[in-house]
Amino acid sequence: MRIYVPADSAALSVGADETAAAVDAAIAARGLDATLVRNGSRGMFWLEPLVEAETPAGRIAFGPVTAGDVDSVIGAIVDGTAHPLALGLTEEIPYLKNQERLTFERVGVTDPLSLADYEAHGGLAGLRAALGMDGAAICKEVLDSGLRGRGGAGFPAGIKWKTVHDLPEGQKYICCNGDEGDSGTFADRMIFEGDPFLLIEGMVIAGIAVGATEGYLYIRSEYPRSIEVMKRAVAIMEAAGWLGANVGGSGRTFWLKVRRGAGAYICGEESSMLESIEGKRGTVRSKPPIPAISGLFGRPTVINNVLTLAAVPLIMDKGAQFYRDYGMGRSTGTLPFQLAGNIARGGLVEKAFGVTLRELVEDFGGGTASGRPFRTAQVGGPLGAYVSAGMLDLPMDYETFAENGAMVGHGGIVVFDDTVDMGAMARFAFEFCEIESCGKCTPCRVGAVRGKETVEKILRGEDVAKNVALVEDLCEVMRDGSLCAMGGLTPMPVLSALKLFPEDFDRAPKLAAE
Amino acid sequence: MPEPASPQVEHAIAVCAAHGNAASELIEILHDIQDEAGCVAEETLPAIAKALNLARAEVHGVMSFYHDFRRAPAGRVRVQLCRAESCQSRGASALIEDFCARHDVALGQTSRDGMLTVEAVYCLGNCALSPAAMVNGRLVGRADVARLDALVAEAR
Repeated sequence: MRIYVPADSAALSVGADETAAAVDAAIAARGLDATLVRNGSRGMFWLEPLVEAETPAGRIAFGPVTAGDVDSVIGAIVDGTAHPLALGLTEEIPYLKNQERLTFERVGVTDPLSLADYEAHGGLAGLRAALGMDGAAICKEVLDSGLRGRGGAGFPAGIKWKTVHDLPEGQKYICCNGDEGDSGTFADRMIFEGDPFLLIEGMVIAGIAVGATEGYLYIRSEYPRSIEVMKRAVAIMEAAGWLGANVGGSGRTFWLKVRRGAGAYICGEESSMLESIEGKRGTVRSKPPIPAISGLFGRPTVINNVLTLAAVPLIMDKGAQFYRDYGMGRSTGTLPFQLAGNIARGGLVEKAFGVTLRELVEDFGGGTASGRPFRTAQVGGPLGAYVSAGMLDLPMDYETFAENGAMVGHGGIVVFDDTVDMGAMARFAFEFCEIESCGKCTPCRVGAVRGKETVEKILRGEDVAKNVALVEDLCEVMRDGSLCAMGGLTPMPVLSALKLFPEDFDRAPKLAAE
Repeated sequence: MPEPASPQVEHAIAVCAAHGNAASELIEILHDIQDEAGCVAEETLPAIAKALNLARAEVHGVMSFYHDFRRAPAGRVRVQLCRAESCQSRGASALIEDFCARHDVALGQTSRDGMLTVEAVYCLGNCALSPAAMVNGRLVGRADVARLDALVAEAR
């Protein structure tokens, strides 16, 4: 029998190692014929540490299981008796059952660093298919799938790939942006720690498609465990011949290096990331030229987000049509949404585009963790808009959100209850931009500081109407004049807070006569 | 006779060599030096610049750009408290204030006894279990003062 206790960072953060040690001890004490597997997380974080056991009917789950609960849980598993922490068959838990897990199919299911487990669950099928195709055909398949960049911008991946593919032969690169710095997001981290071979497979396919022989995976330093797991996964794939000078015996070459970030949010911006991989300050580059033409070390480079590349193996295995059948409009496929903040059941929900915010926040998430009324959610990271309760029925797709002055971004949803001070959140948006701006362009570097100061004046009740108008004007300058999304999108949370929650900014001293 | 290099400088030179003295490896080099020595000392910068054939200003520029790199070692216990939006929605601001007051240390500073360094961080990727913290590299979910105090006491 296999017993599973996740080794995902989030699970570890609430005691999964202690639980695992207790499971090991219980197995030994009872002399059970059982092995402990450290899987990734199923993404139901309110249930972590989640303990699973194999039974003839399927895997059964218990959670949250502290070290002190382990002995009784193991007893219930062995004797088949009831237990207060029992959750039944894992796959039947509504939170999981109602998802459409394509990219996250294996996360939490397999041993992340077992290549045999990976293959037994469908791993490498996409790469094997790709090795039998020429580069142009692979690019076309990705284009036909409708896959768009999952980092936030939503640019069609196939077009990027084709651009790099069509350039003359020579050194080309694949860069995977794993600088997942947005608050409210953790999907990339779950892939690094829960299914690292999937990402490597996606990067190798990209390399073969465009003729790149070298890839870089850039992971933020705030994810030490992810870095460790990915480095081990790269070594395993090299040893197995899926990375290196003869990928899968095909005669093609693809090498992969893992690079650590160093605590700069801006390095999630693609050109800053390139500078950082080159060993430089992470300042953004002006575009054009686009990285597809002149990217890493000035060479043609495909830059994709972790979730974009992780979607590719399935597309190559099952075909573009299979993937395109999910989603709505021009947003095809699925997005791993991340429910975060003040939410009762926070975690990862992979659904086809078109799911509404209400389904995510209420049906999956169970409303706020505090039990107080929902007031707002910030969707798409710190540069995304705040939405009001009245917008909860919006379907999640790139175009619908853009039409409503918001963005889907990387799929992070941070919920706030009615105690939130939107004035403070608007101030924070500017402060974050001030701290993390690379400093290259003036609208962002100076605008963030002036914006913060002006919001502070509003919050002190000084010339409120005049200063609100000033903030709005400043936001226009930042949006239109910044070099990248850091300065360009900081207005998004600020203006959405101002527009939807004006009462939080109305701090003018009341007249005595009132 | 030139003065013999200090052990710190020798270490920095060795790390550069291990990375093939490639300028593109500068961030990895600074990480490796800091992982070992606890900081990247000022006196190592000229040696790094020389080894990588960079201007000293370039090395300084990279050092100062990234939040991770420090000139002086942190305290024995390094506590990173997340103050990004998700953690704010779960009371991070109050937690930070409370924790700093209890330990008599300002955010971004090291305590007077040099033991405890408290830093702000913006997202640790544990947003479903906010507020998040990291104590000497160990991630803490649903952080509260009692748990942080216990971890600090353990790490001291």
